[in-house]
Amino acid sequence: MPELGKYATEVLSAYGITLLLMLALLVQTLRRGAKARAALRQAEQETARHGKN
Amino acid sequence: MSLWKYANPVKFLALSARVQPFAWAAAALGILIGLGWGFFGTPDDFRQGSTIKIIYIHVPAAWIAINAWIMMLIASLIWLVRRHHVSALAAKAAAPVGLVMTVIGLVTGAVWGQPMWGTWWAWDPRLTSFLILFLFYLGYIALWEAVEDPDTAADLTSVLCLVGSVFALMSRYAVLFWSQGLHQGATLSLDKEENISDVFWQPLVLSIAGFTLLFLALVLYRTGTEIALRRTRALNVRLDKAV
Amino acid sequence: MIALLIRDLRLAFRAGGGFGLGLAFFLILVVLVPFSVGPQSALLSSIAPGVLWLGALLACLLSLDRLLALDFEDGTLDVLATAPLPLEAALAVKGLAHWITTGLPLVLAAPFLGVLLNLPPEGFVWLVVSLLLGTPALSMIGAFGAALTVGIKRGGLLMSLLVLPLYVPTLIFGAEAARRGAVGMAVDTPLLLLAGISLGSVALLPFAAAAALRMTIR
Repeated sequence: MPELGKYATEVLSAYGITLLLMLALLVQTLRRGAKARAALRQAEQETARHGKN
Repeated sequence: MSLWKYANPVKFLALSARVQPFAWAAAALGILIGLGWGFFGTPDDFRQGSTIKIIYIHVPAAWIAINAWIMMLIASLIWLVRRHHVSALAAKAAAPVGLVMTVIGLVTGAVWGQPMWGTWWAWDPRLTSFLILFLFYLGYIALWEAVEDPDTAADLTSVLCLVGSVFALMSRYAVLFWSQGLHQGATLSLDKEENISDVFWQPLVLSIAGFTLLFLALVLYRTGTEIALRRTRALNVRLDKAV
Repeated sequence: MIALLIRDLRLAFRAGGGFGLGLAFFLILVVLVPFSVGPQSALLSSIAPGVLWLGALLACLLSLDRLLALDFEDGTLDVLATAPLPLEAALAVKGLAHWITTGLPLVLAAPFLGVLLNLPPEGFVWLVVSLLLGTPALSMIGAFGAALTVGIKRGGLLMSLLVLPLYVPTLIFGAEAARRGAVGMAVDTPLLLLAGISLGSVALLPFAAAAALRMTIR
């Protein structure tokens, strides 16, 4: 850890909050994406089963 | 122009699948090296002390926050003129990313200014403009969620993006005007764009590149999500009719 | 066009048309301000121009949903969209009607409310002038916001979220003009910019609003 001196709280909070927000965005992106792609696969399978309309 | 062939969702998804691995990897590298170098390997600023290290997240986040909106503007125009769904969905996909980057820019900007201003928030012109941009992002996303028909939602949000862009620009200048108010002097505006020496510049460029690639990767993936949702909706409609 | 204007004006003045509600809200808001910030006259004096501008802006905002929602529900908008009168013109007229029934009364009421807030004597003229120049923008920007959200159930709150950020430049220049005028500073820059925003809004936003309406009605 470098010598952050008297601004240690500020610098660390800035990096900390950024990390949190970016992780949250990443997690939300991937979870929503996985759900959507799974739903698509299911819909495609059902369509294949019930014949082409 | 051969670029238009990617308006076809299938071709877009194929291209996206080829580009994404590179984008994610390069983004991770750029951000890790840029931030790591900046945080551990650069000296303090003689005036701002170690808070100068916040620059490696604040500037890239702000850069993306603005460019995400510009990308949404262009994508909205393409939707309105050429009706390519991929374009409308890309704009929808980019908005939350831009929103988060705006928040990061706001928070890091406020924290960075705290030692200088003595408060956790100040109505500095740049911060204020980003706060307004935050509100524009919120409204855009809210409108997408509120309109039932997807194509109408794409239409209305595109118009909002266009008109909003004009007003966002006007706001930028209005805020500059406003902040020279009666009792506020230069002491309140933190000049963050002082000449940055090479020592800070190189890791900063790497960070900016990393954030940009991350934006690309996120938008590609999220657009894929929107395309999947749209296709699922269409299939389910047909299935309900069949069953 | 005149017929449309007269119709909208008549509807607004009719019982249940909502005329006067904006004014009442403006009054109540101004009365509440000293309760929230304390009654010291010096403080009230300095915030009076801004508070009056904000009050007028909010009163405008609150009366916007009647602009298009009722017509949407009873099918009038469909008729307007297919009428020989261009939809853009119809929306400009609606904006004008809103200004006459909401904006203008607020402008006229403002000096009286200024007394309640110890507005400095030089401030009255500039308050009225700035509001006069700025309320057309508020009406027209509001009309655009109403057009965007007309088809959305309970879209009033969303409309406020969309319109308020759009109001920022108008509010900044309007309040700044009123504030500077109240202390005797030069007001030409903010007033000119304010007039520019109003002119631009009235000239261009009817097109955006009409486009948005067509997207919803289609």
